[in-house]
Amino acid sequence: MIPEIGLFVLFLALIIAAIQAVVPMVGAVRQDVYLMALGNRLAVIQFFLVTISFTSLIYAFVISDFSLLIVYNNSHSLKPLLYKISGVWGNHEGSMLLWVLILSMFGAALAIWGKNISPTLKARVLSVQSMIGVAFLAFILFTSNPFLRLNPVPSDGRGLNPVLQDPGLAFHPPLLYLGYVGFSMAFSFAVAALIEGKIDDKWGRWVRPWALAAWVFLTAGIALGSWWAYYELGWGGWWFWDPVENASFIPWLLGTALLHSSVVVEKREGFKNWTVLLAILTFSMSLLGTFLVRSGILTSVHTFATDPERGLFILLILFVTIGGALGLFAIRAPIIKNNFKFAPVSRESALLYNNLFLTIGCAIVLLGTLYPLFLEFASNGESKVSIGPPYFNITFLPIMIPLVAAIAVGPMLSWKRGVIGELYVKLLFAAGSCLITIFIVLILVPEGPILAACSMGLAAWIAAGCLIEWASRIRLFNSKSITNTGRLIKSSKSANGMTLAHLGIAILIVGITGASAWQKEITTSMAIGETIKVNNYSLTLKKVQIGKGPNYNLERGTFSLIKSNNSSIIMHPERRYFPVARQATTEAAIKTTLLADFYLVIGESRDTIDNKNEWTVRFYINPMMFWLWLGVATMVLGGLLSLSDRRRGISIPVRKKA
Amino acid sequence: MKRFILIIPIIVFIIIIAVLSVMTLQTKEGRNPSIVPSALLGKEAPNIELPMLARNIPGGFKGSDLVGRVNIVNVFSSWCVPCLAEHPQISWLATNGFPIYAINHRDNVSDASNWLKKHGNPYVAVGFDPEGRASLEWGVGGVPETFIINASGIITYKHIGPITKEILKEKILPKLHEAKR
Amino acid sequence: MKIIFAALIMIFLSPSFFLYGDKLVFASTSNKTSISEEIENKERQISKLLRCVVCQNQSIYESNADIAYDMRLLVRERLLAGDNKDQVINYIVARYGDYILLKPPFQANTVLLWMAPPLMVLIALMIVILLIKNYQHKNIYQKTDKLLNPEDK
Repeated sequence: MIPEIGLFVLFLALIIAAIQAVVPMVGAVRQDVYLMALGNRLAVIQFFLVTISFTSLIYAFVISDFSLLIVYNNSHSLKPLLYKISGVWGNHEGSMLLWVLILSMFGAALAIWGKNISPTLKARVLSVQSMIGVAFLAFILFTSNPFLRLNPVPSDGRGLNPVLQDPGLAFHPPLLYLGYVGFSMAFSFAVAALIEGKIDDKWGRWVRPWALAAWVFLTAGIALGSWWAYYELGWGGWWFWDPVENASFIPWLLGTALLHSSVVVEKREGFKNWTVLLAILTFSMSLLGTFLVRSGILTSVHTFATDPERGLFILLILFVTIGGALGLFAIRAPIIKNNFKFAPVSRESALLYNNLFLTIGCAIVLLGTLYPLFLEFASNGESKVSIGPPYFNITFLPIMIPLVAAIAVGPMLSWKRGVIGELYVKLLFAAGSCLITIFIVLILVPEGPILAACSMGLAAWIAAGCLIEWASRIRLFNSKSITNTGRLIKSSKSANGMTLAHLGIAILIVGITGASAWQKEITTSMAIGETIKVNNYSLTLKKVQIGKGPNYNLERGTFSLIKSNNSSIIMHPERRYFPVARQATTEAAIKTTLLADFYLVIGESRDTIDNKNEWTVRFYINPMMFWLWLGVATMVLGGLLSLSDRRRGISIPVRKKA
Repeated sequence: MKRFILIIPIIVFIIIIAVLSVMTLQTKEGRNPSIVPSALLGKEAPNIELPMLARNIPGGFKGSDLVGRVNIVNVFSSWCVPCLAEHPQISWLATNGFPIYAINHRDNVSDASNWLKKHGNPYVAVGFDPEGRASLEWGVGGVPETFIINASGIITYKHIGPITKEILKEKILPKLHEAKR
Repeated sequence: MKIIFAALIMIFLSPSFFLYGDKLVFASTSNKTSISEEIENKERQISKLLRCVVCQNQSIYESNADIAYDMRLLVRERLLAGDNKDQVINYIVARYGDYILLKPPFQANTVLLWMAPPLMVLIALMIVILLIKNYQHKNIYQKTDKLLNPEDK
């Protein structure tokens, strides 16, 4: 009975969404206060209905109701509760429902908390947001009904892919979707502004928190996925340039550009058309990502059980929403005038530079992801290429270097025109710390590579630049000598958030550099009591135990890792075998220290010729991994700090959600 | 000029959507993104020596044996389920006058011999490739795969995956006749 | 892992194991044998550039599939035979095609792929220069300019 309720309220939600897509818009055109206010209520009702539907699906998973096809296919009665729940979005139908839930949640959040937004714009935004809702609700109801019944009822389910039974992956999709779908707000704001034909500083101020919230979620979501890949896949790597990873990275790059360009709209009423275009493109890339994952046209490690039919439906949605928005842009953009000036050395120039490089970076990732498809299309299937990490490392990374290097300079520049003389002194200091860092790294790690030392220097340059800027901002505030320097940014949570996020990039670079340039790896087989040596460390296999988990069997190794100074740690890597899925997973033992991760994986055992039992063992030393995660966490914190700025009207919803 | 710049996004977008739609439609009609055309098409069959599987099974061949007539080379394993599914089609080809050589991929002697005993041995010769080393020379990605080699020993066609009845009729037979010309 | 185990059995069963002795054993046992660290590093380097053909976007270094294991062995075999990096890669490309390269070669069908990034940078730089010229106010350096209200910053 409960699944039927879930399906029924989903239908109701579709009807409500359809009304919401029209009524507030009509209200805005007619300047009818009542109709516009109705949009707020409808948005909340829509969210409420989708929540009921989603809850009923969770309920079906929790009680293991195998009369539902989706539960039978993705769950098992022996599964731990957490994974029963995460099984809801571990499949196509459920994840689409989560998608729509988040979409309607953002709509409701705007309806409830967006009180300071002009009523006509708000009505239009809610209307556009609901149009997307209609499309996806229809998509679920007509192609991906999660509430399909099964007859006869099977006695038990087929289980969830064991690789997915992991806390990291349980929370990765919701966060990622909060990010993806969060950009729908920026999209709706952009389309609403185009319809209204008016973009001003207020629009910039209103749209920014939503974009920032989406960015925070997307950053956290990508990081969580990457962290999962790091500890679960057992290859010591954390980013593989897989199409599905790229699909989340492309909107991230554009979203980051959007955050920066919307500042110009807010402060200077400039880059208006560009910001609107970015808002549209960011969300379209989110949709494209959704499409790529589900259509099965690309090969990826992460694809769901794919279905071209559904892919076509998503393409149709893409075509209508994004095509409509871009068409609107082509027609309406000329009436939106930018009327501002700035000097070649100014904050505006820096943000322009930032946007161009982020956009190029995004274009490269998009090109590398779609190129195989385009080539196959152009050659009628005769010619295929693989585009993997080496391509992106060569093309994407060099583009990012001038971008991140500018982080040190950009925030120091004042709006309209920068004072160059004062800049020199500050930058000299940053350049000094960069050189000193390179020098120190070369002494500490004489075997190089020199590029790694330079990269560490880059991180120091950024960090020093950020800190100098921050310090001077604080001092200026105290001495109240604002005018004689032209540095006008008040020390606010928002500015501090920016500094923190930029520092996060510097820390991230330290992590990326260490983990990729200085990684040490050894793959070998070990018998009990055997010891191998890597650098100053010796690794000994003490014993291997056999045991049982809730729904798997396991082999658990006990290793001791001894450093030359005799401090020793114990590590327990595991190999798990899931009988239901007939699949084995590796659980790496990771010992994190400030300077390096020790990463140990145990594989299958075998008998050697002299009848000794040996286990395959992979041992990695990943230097600076901790800093990689710390860097991303700092970026997220920076975003949150900036969001919590009281001067931004709409900061509350994010805190409620978290 | 300005107008034109504003239209660029939607043009690029429509091109992307068009290509994606075509590819999605092709995927719907059976395009498999992970199947790649062989690099060996139009080249001579690799001349690596494949040893015989067992004394009572005719076998052992190398690329240069495959000249003088149109031959088929089929890669199979006893542990491969789709290989069993295509076995009737392979046998049909053999009884209808097409000589088929086999590469027994990553198998062991007893399993492979029993499998052939149980399901019939349609092969002119079975080459044993327990480590998959010879398969690498043939550019094999997995089992089953089937090659068509013309009379001059040139590989003219490669099919990846099991040969169903439809594929036999629509692809393999026409390609065999093409190779004969 | 199971696959590696199966592969191991096959190697031990196969005559070549005895032929090659300890040189052609499972990649993991290398540190106990005579294989130099240099060969092992090269093998790892090359393995990361080659796609596992049956896998979904994994290099043969990362994949646990049979074929990836076989190919790693082939890479080692070629290295031990004295091939350099390019020769090893060419050997495998001759059999599996360009598709196996995770870094596609610069050729007719990848011109756009390789030329687009530098072109985009060039175009972007031109846009920057044009835009900045466009937006630049002639009198922007005059001190009489009204500065923005600090509250807005």
